[in-house]
Amino acid sequence: MITKLKDLSGNNGLAAPARLTGEGSRILRAGFIPLVDASVLIAASEFGFARKEGIILDLVRDVSWANVRDRLAFGHFDIAHMLSPMPVAAMLGLGSNPSPTITPFSLGRGGNAITLSTTLYARMRQETSLIETASALDNALALAKVILGMKARGEPLPTLGVTYPFSSHNYEVRYWLAAGGIDPDRDVKLVVVPPPMTSDALAAGAIDGFCVGAPWNMVASERGVGRIVAVKQDIWPSAPEKVIGMRPEWAQTHPETVSRLIVALDAAARWCDRPDNHDALSEALANSRYIAAPFDIIRRVLAGEFNLDDQGNLRVIDGYFKFHADFANYPRPSQALWIYSQMVRWGQAGLSSRDRTGAASAYRPDIYRLALGASAAPLLDDDIRIEGDMDGDRFMDGQIFDPTRIAEYLAAFPVRNSAFDRALGDEL
Amino acid sequence: MAYLDLTILVIDENAIRASIIEEGLREAGHAKVTVVHEVNGIARIIETLQPDVIFIDLENPNRDMMEHLFQLTRTVARPIAMFVDRSDTASIEAAVDAGVSAYIVDGLKKERVKPILDMAVSRFNAFSRLQRELADAKSALEERKIVERAKGILMKMRGLSEEQAFALLRQTAMNEKRKIGDIAQSVVTAAGLLM
Repeated sequence: MITKLKDLSGNNGLAAPARLTGEGSRILRAGFIPLVDASVLIAASEFGFARKEGIILDLVRDVSWANVRDRLAFGHFDIAHMLSPMPVAAMLGLGSNPSPTITPFSLGRGGNAITLSTTLYARMRQETSLIETASALDNALALAKVILGMKARGEPLPTLGVTYPFSSHNYEVRYWLAAGGIDPDRDVKLVVVPPPMTSDALAAGAIDGFCVGAPWNMVASERGVGRIVAVKQDIWPSAPEKVIGMRPEWAQTHPETVSRLIVALDAAARWCDRPDNHDALSEALANSRYIAAPFDIIRRVLAGEFNLDDQGNLRVIDGYFKFHADFANYPRPSQALWIYSQMVRWGQAGLSSRDRTGAASAYRPDIYRLALGASAAPLLDDDIRIEGDMDGDRFMDGQIFDPTRIAEYLAAFPVRNSAFDRALGDEL
Repeated sequence: MAYLDLTILVIDENAIRASIIEEGLREAGHAKVTVVHEVNGIARIIETLQPDVIFIDLENPNRDMMEHLFQLTRTVARPIAMFVDRSDTASIEAAVDAGVSAYIVDGLKKERVKPILDMAVSRFNAFSRLQRELADAKSALEERKIVERAKGILMKMRGLSEEQAFALLRQTAMNEKRKIGDIAQSVVTAAGLLM
């Protein structure tokens, strides 16, 4: 049996030869959370891309990222829609029940935004000279001023919701706050709220803002309870959002299934990127089996047409979702390292060469290349590259990430967790 | 801590299911069982109760909130046993293989609760031990590194050989009844101030 599997992996240079193998069932159980960024996975199942590769995707909707992680770990799921930092956290042994997880395929970019309650936003307008069309950075600076006033008067500090401790949302909202001079661990209170509950929590005053994926920001803004103050593209356009996670041992014993899956996802991602397919995609996503949100909102989210509030303030973001273009599916290890740098910045992880290697190993471009061929991937020396140094791909505060100099990169941020300084002391 | 002294927290919005779990635990001899039906204010409850094991319903979206809580308070050191209504023995075995301390109770019979709890606790203990061993190994490595640096400083500043530098560190540690790593750290710190 083992020899046979080895043979298969050896023959795997060609994409998806149509023959049966000894890898067992081609019915893959895939866990997902109801979000627009699960589009590629849902489209692969709904529009025949998986079937074409001889795979049947059994999509299972779940309610929490911790469940998705655990059910993947104990084999309830073969693959899962995951937050891009989850495989990194898993490889570093962070969180409860960490179990090795890798990703050979990123589900695209974009989709997140930061929304504040209309009350808090009104205060920012009143107390500072903030204009309606202010940039994400100006919004953060205005919030910093309001928080300063709140502290002076002894008012309770704002509570902001994120989705999970190891999430793009957590790092993005922290990045945005810190760029405005707000310490996310001292000046606000960060809590976890499940995405579908964010707009209700905001309306009820349980939170004063949140950072989650689409369509939940627009759901809040259209209800008139929230104002969108930043989107993912403002913070860092290249940041990977969701990925396909799997157990490394499963990937190793099912090389052909993994290759076929990647071929199917690649085709689905190309399809999702085409605007003329967005009606069909929106209709599928709106279904109660998937996102269960209004078709109209999903359709506009896909087009990047944002209602920032219910007052008619619009913002159109070109490429708000990138499902495929610009190598959006390529799991670049330097992105995993950027995620790791943020874990260190906020005291979730220490700085060591062992953890650096561990973090990079969560992203597996080698498997992506094997399935799609070298021509589908960027140049090999781009695997560990400097991030945020090109026009159109800048961080909001202009910092440049050099993955080989994480300590220096982090030392340049004025706002960071004190645990990082201790970690830095150990390293130097 | 004696096994039956475990403080157990059961979180389930479904009162019937919670009572089955609770009954199963009590029949197995566990007396310190607290049941809550909603997650509002759960942070405070966990803080005051300091549970050793938490049972939470898989269908509860607030699991991510608990995950955040553990991360914040660094009290990750708690096995979570999960439960849903349907499952099979195979997935429980797979869970054991995967090394996670999260399990599913099938059929919701109260007799099933104890073995699940036992497994969660034993897997968790094994994992904690591994973590501890890793931490120990890491600090041993760091101590070696710091001793190396202190030796280098002594060799350079006092013109000693490597053996002499090490002997000096060891002798000082013995004289002052402190660990050699601590002495080495003082040397490194002092050198940093003086040079």
